[in-house]
Amino acid sequence: MTDVTTHEFDVPAPEVIRVAHVSKRFTVRKDSSLKERVVTLGRAGRQHRQDFWGLSDVSLGISAGTTIGLIGHNGSGKSTLLKVLGGIIQPTEGSVTQRGRVAALLELGAGFHPDLTGRENVYLNGSVLGLSTEEVDAQFPAILDFSGVGDFIDTQVKFYSSGMYVRLAFAIAVHTDPDILLVDEVLAVGDEQFQEKCLAKIREFQTEGRTIIIVSHALDQIKSLCDRVVVMDKGKLVYDGIPVTAIERFRKLLADNAVGQARPDQISRALEIRSVEIRDHRREGPAQLRAGEEVILQVDVEMLRPIERWAIGFSVDSSLGQIALASNTDLLDVVLDPLDSSRTIAISFTTDGLAPGRYSVNVNASGISEPTSHGLMNAAEFEIAGDVRSVGPVATDVRIA
Amino acid sequence: MTEATPSAAGARFARIAALPMRSIGAIGKGSTGGFFGPFREIADHREMLSLLVKRDLKARYKDSALGFLWVLARPLMQLAIYFVVLGHFLGAARGIPDFAIYVFAGLTAMGLFQEILVGGTGSILANAGLVKKVYVPREVFPLASTGAALFNFGVQLVVLVVATVAIGKPPLHAGLIYFLPALALIVVFGLALALLCGAINVYLRDTQYLVDVITMLLFWASPVVYAWQMVKQLVNIPWLIELYTNNPLTLAVLGFQRAFWVAGDAVEWPGDLMLRMLVALVVGLILLFVSHRVFLRLQGNFAQEL
Repeated sequence: MTDVTTHEFDVPAPEVIRVAHVSKRFTVRKDSSLKERVVTLGRAGRQHRQDFWGLSDVSLGISAGTTIGLIGHNGSGKSTLLKVLGGIIQPTEGSVTQRGRVAALLELGAGFHPDLTGRENVYLNGSVLGLSTEEVDAQFPAILDFSGVGDFIDTQVKFYSSGMYVRLAFAIAVHTDPDILLVDEVLAVGDEQFQEKCLAKIREFQTEGRTIIIVSHALDQIKSLCDRVVVMDKGKLVYDGIPVTAIERFRKLLADNAVGQARPDQISRALEIRSVEIRDHRREGPAQLRAGEEVILQVDVEMLRPIERWAIGFSVDSSLGQIALASNTDLLDVVLDPLDSSRTIAISFTTDGLAPGRYSVNVNASGISEPTSHGLMNAAEFEIAGDVRSVGPVATDVRIA
Repeated sequence: MTEATPSAAGARFARIAALPMRSIGAIGKGSTGGFFGPFREIADHREMLSLLVKRDLKARYKDSALGFLWVLARPLMQLAIYFVVLGHFLGAARGIPDFAIYVFAGLTAMGLFQEILVGGTGSILANAGLVKKVYVPREVFPLASTGAALFNFGVQLVVLVVATVAIGKPPLHAGLIYFLPALALIVVFGLALALLCGAINVYLRDTQYLVDVITMLLFWASPVVYAWQMVKQLVNIPWLIELYTNNPLTLAVLGFQRAFWVAGDAVEWPGDLMLRMLVALVVGLILLFVSHRVFLRLQGNFAQEL
């Protein structure tokens, strides 16, 4: 484990958080009413449960005064880790020990009661974050000033704009004098001016030797704020070290998971779509197509198990996610040869009628003689060139007399 | 960055270094704080508890013109209905002197129990935002709704006492000693069940509806709008009467009637009422302890179930 500290302190920093071999198992139940639970009691009930590990064997030591970024794609376990650090979720295995006052900025303002005024919520939220009434009294002017809520402080928070709501919540959290601040994706709130204020506050916190743990997708923010970055992938800690290297590592992970990757939830199938490539009529991979040109989808189908009868289908989605075009061997009355070896299928269609813009292609193959299927979402993309003069996937001549 | 940095940070570091490392969250498999840990933690959060109680009360009647007066609307209406319909149409009042006081004493006791249980059952879900956001001992939510229920109860109690004074029979008699154990019974059993049902309700949302139905059953299973003596006359099986009487809620209701219904000094009461109440109280405390343990076990997954 590398320990990088860019902020120089004249005293050795004590450890504030120690995460030792923490794993977290989530159980997803498909039955949550009493009736369903009773019906599926016992052995059968177990089939209605699905376990997955949100965190597996994560170990981490954090010393005071560091600012740590947690990055990873959605579902990688970074928010779960943050919640475990905040004591909100209990780990299934392993232990988390910590010292000092923690303030968590997860889902800002979630603890607000809409019917209470801003002032009442400040006191309530302050006490939830561990402040006594006298401490809130002392901090109140600073909180009010920082939030910029002004006279609205005595209005019920249900009448607040979402920006005011979040600003007030942030103001409370940063005025609780936390030793450890947990921040989840909340720095992207409010207007630019308020964001500046938040960042300035965080920098101030850094100089005061507070420990900050940030989960964010904003990599440039992570890069500029953090001393150390932890990269999470599928619940595992895959990198822990300086920001530049961590971000590089994360980008690589993203690229591995991006276009053309099979989704991991498809299991035990007879066939698999390896890749989809776009060709124009010259059999070249074009950057852009003109409306009316022919598009050929070259679908690489891998045989995992020979299959007698099977079908293939595709759809073309506009950038708004609407289906612009879809078809399959069934609709086209095409019978494919038995799949006894991996092969490439070419699907061609003309693009007249498609409006200019970006399109993504989804391809799905499925067995007819036995139930199996595999699909590739966003397997490839193409763009139709031209001026955009209308909205929607259909290109027609629009005139106004 | 700044000149002042090292000293501010240094002071903080020195303070943190002096603190012991503690396990995060509630007692899990590891033992943090041992047996008394959870209780100390709740005591540490008593200020928040009082704010939560205030919030529950304030929020409930915030936008209404009459505000807290609505606390009285429901019990007074219940009283009117039972007094008129049961007491006079159906004749229950004939055997019971000062029937209105009798009914209101029982209603006050029963109302407190129902409010603690129903409020506590829904309290974790109602505070989902807080449960998911920060770690606080989650017992505070059922406790806060118990606190709010006790406030409403206090208001009703004042009305009850005023009513007894108004009819010229203030509860200044030996029976008043039954008030405290009766109140303790209701709070202990109410809170024990509220903790249990509140925790289960996070996993099984049916619990709150089940609790609604069961409190209705419990209401009629105690002598609130009819007399215990009527039951005794009708049922000739001794063990069944014992079973009926030893229901802690029945004991509590009887205790309230004994305390505030002065006209009842002349009627027959179950023998050893005080002893029965004290035994029930011990049982209730054991139940409270067990359901608190269950609550602690279940609360580890609250955040992800909500």
